[in-house]
Amino acid sequence: MAPSLPCSRLQRWLLLIAAIAVLCVAAAAHAQTFPKLTGRVVDDAHLLTQQQVDQLTQLSQSVEQASSRQLVIATIPDLQGYPIEDYGYKLGRAWGIGQKGIDNGVILIVAPNEKKVRIEVGYGLEPIITDALSSMIIQNDILPRFRAGDMAGGIIAGATAIADQLKAPPDEAEQKAVAAADAQRQQQRSSDDGGGVPWALIFWLIVIGFMMASRFSHGRRGYRYRGGMWPIFLWGSGFGSGSGWGSGGGSSWDGGSSGGGFSGFSGGGGSFGGGGASGGW
Amino acid sequence: MNYRTPVMLAAALTLGACGINSIPTADENVKAKWADVQADYQRRADLIPNLVATVKASVQGEDKILTDVVNARAKATSVQLNAGDLSDPNKMAQFQQAQGQLNGSLSRLIANVEAYPQLKSQNNFQTLMSQLEGTENRITIAIRDYNQAVQDYNTRIRTFPDAIGAKVFYGAKPKVPYQATTPGAENAPTVDFGNMS
Repeated sequence: MAPSLPCSRLQRWLLLIAAIAVLCVAAAAHAQTFPKLTGRVVDDAHLLTQQQVDQLTQLSQSVEQASSRQLVIATIPDLQGYPIEDYGYKLGRAWGIGQKGIDNGVILIVAPNEKKVRIEVGYGLEPIITDALSSMIIQNDILPRFRAGDMAGGIIAGATAIADQLKAPPDEAEQKAVAAADAQRQQQRSSDDGGGVPWALIFWLIVIGFMMASRFSHGRRGYRYRGGMWPIFLWGSGFGSGSGWGSGGGSSWDGGSSGGGFSGFSGGGGSFGGGGASGGW
Repeated sequence: MNYRTPVMLAAALTLGACGINSIPTADENVKAKWADVQADYQRRADLIPNLVATVKASVQGEDKILTDVVNARAKATSVQLNAGDLSDPNKMAQFQQAQGQLNGSLSRLIANVEAYPQLKSQNNFQTLMSQLEGTENRITIAIRDYNQAVQDYNTRIRTFPDAIGAKVFYGAKPKVPYQATTPGAENAPTVDFGNMS
């Protein structure tokens, strides 16, 4: 059967809505771009050899195995004009380093072109990697080597100092925090399921749509489809944008890398609030 | 066919879409973010006595600036803003002014102690400065998160469909964002290098 005119008009409308949606997403995503989280070591500024990258990856892996804390080393060729403090916490949130709810991630950020270095500490590690300790690691381990031109050496020394502190046995308070966050996460998950208002709404609208359609039109199949579909678009676009960005940021990235097998690394959804210290050379 | 139950359910869910749940959620989010802002300001206030003591121990002749800092700190800690008053622009302005004054006198103190190399080389002082920097950084981020939460809340209570619930059930008023301007921030600070005449 050849497609009738109303059908193609409907398709055109759908296409228009889809195009607008894509434009909106693109505009929102354009605000600030971050490098991709390609692994535990993101060497976008090419300061490290493959062997050094492997060494640091292993170091980070050993930290996560021992304590579930995540350590990421990032070299950034261009801070896009942002101060490194500003760039750092946004990068941490975008990547979601650290476990969700515990926020136990650390990023060592090196920006060789701006000559800046920063240790960005997640909320949950602020009592363990304090600002003062971060500053001392930067001043004593990292900057002297950077000033001497030994970028790789400085990065490795800094990462090792951070890893040593991270691998220290978590004290009771931290264990309690982990347990509390676990409980909270479970609670949150159950409330997330219940709080998915748009899905419930869409579901019921479909149900009602079908019921009305079956009541009013027994013979016309096309009407039933249209009655069911419009509410999806209307409500779906209205409510989808209202969801919290935290989980959205984490999951959208996870989606890109979920193909990676055992060696794949992804942030756990941790958050950052400006802990840590910076330095320049 | 009995279709009363689904209709009732749909009505309940539609009410849910009018902000019955989402407005209190956004409201609590704003309050939590405000608590973060206050916690970070408190953290700064807690660092100041240490800083003042350290500077006092090795620097003479900066008494006026030190007294300014101590006074500004006392004033800033005395002005508190409850989460319930976040819709009150006047109280917010008072809070901002008190913290802004402390900002000003602190940065004057830090600019002045730049002239004392023996102080700057002290380990204790370096540690304090890194803590102070970290705290200022946290304050900036907490304020930004708070303003984001306020924007989210204000948008929610003024746009369809949540505006219905906001008006009918909660009488929700827009909250005041934090404008982190210090008095005289439009003037660049003058740094006195002393020996460069």
